[in-house]
Amino acid sequence: MEGQTVEKMKAEADVLEIVDTKIDMAKYVDAVRDPGAGAISTFIGTTRNTFQNKEVVELQYEAYKPMAILELKKICASARSRWSLVGIAIAHRLGTVPTSEESVFIAVSSVHRKESLDACQFLIDELKARVPIWKKEVYSNGEVWKENVEFVQRTQVCKEEFYQIYDAESKLRNWQFSI
Amino acid sequence: MENENCKQTGAPVDENKVRVKVLLFARARELVGGSEVDLDVKEGATTADCVAELTNRFGALEVMRDSIVVALNFDYVTEPVKVKDGDELAIIPPISVNKSQTLGSREKCIGSKLKL
Repeated sequence: MEGQTVEKMKAEADVLEIVDTKIDMAKYVDAVRDPGAGAISTFIGTTRNTFQNKEVVELQYEAYKPMAILELKKICASARSRWSLVGIAIAHRLGTVPTSEESVFIAVSSVHRKESLDACQFLIDELKARVPIWKKEVYSNGEVWKENVEFVQRTQVCKEEFYQIYDAESKLRNWQFSI
Repeated sequence: MENENCKQTGAPVDENKVRVKVLLFARARELVGGSEVDLDVKEGATTADCVAELTNRFGALEVMRDSIVVALNFDYVTEPVKVKDGDELAIIPPISVNKSQTLGSREKCIGSKLKL
C-alpha cells in the first residue's frame, strides 16, 4: 500500500507542459533531478530544415491542448507501469518553431540508467503515436501538414482511399507523404 | 411534457436534438474555415452520425472523411458511440502514412497545395 502511494506521488509530480515559447530544457531536467536517481535520460526533438530537397522555412505546431495533456498523463502512467522511474518531465512547444530549435523535450530519471534510457525512448514513441499535436512544414512555395507514421498504425483508422488524388474545380489536390 | 422551444443560449431548440461542440484541427480546420462548430443532431445519434452531418454541412471535409480520427470528450473513438448534449467532439485529421514503408512503388510524393 505504501509503495503504491509513493508511486502515485511520483506520478503526480510529473511535469507535463505545452508551451508557446522556447523550451527551457534546464527547468525540465531539474524537475526530474532527485538524490535517489543515478541517471537522467533526455530526448530533444529539433526541427529539420529540409524535406525531400525542399527548404523548410519554418514549422508550425498546433495541439488539442486538454486532450494532449491527458494523453501525456496516460503515456507517463504506461511508462511507470513498465519501468521503475523517479521523475518524468515532457514539454512540447506550439506555434512557430524556427529550424534547429527544440519542439519537444523529454527528461526521465531513474535509480539506474537502463530504466530511464528505455523509458525515454518509449515516451517519445508513444507521444508520436497518441498525442494530438500536429506539425505543419512551411516551404518557400507551399506548406503541408505532416503527421506521424506511428499515429495511424496505432489508431488503425486511416484508409488507403485517403491517398487518392482527385480533381476538384480544376485544381489538383495532392498529398505530401512523410518519410 | 410540453414541447416548448428552449430559448436559452447554447441549448438546442428542438428537445429531440442534442448539441455537440465540434472542434477541428490542422487540415480539417483549414478545410472548414473555422476551429469550432456547434452541431445539432438527433438524440441517439452516434459519433459517426456527427461526422456525416458535419461532412454534409462542409463538403470540403469529404476528402478526409474516410480517414478522420475522432475523439469524444478527450478519448479516442474507435467505433461509433452515442453522443450526449454538451459533448465535445474533436476532428483529428488523418495521418500521412510513410508510404515508402507500405505501398512501395505505388507511393506518390507530391507537394501539397494547401493554402491558409
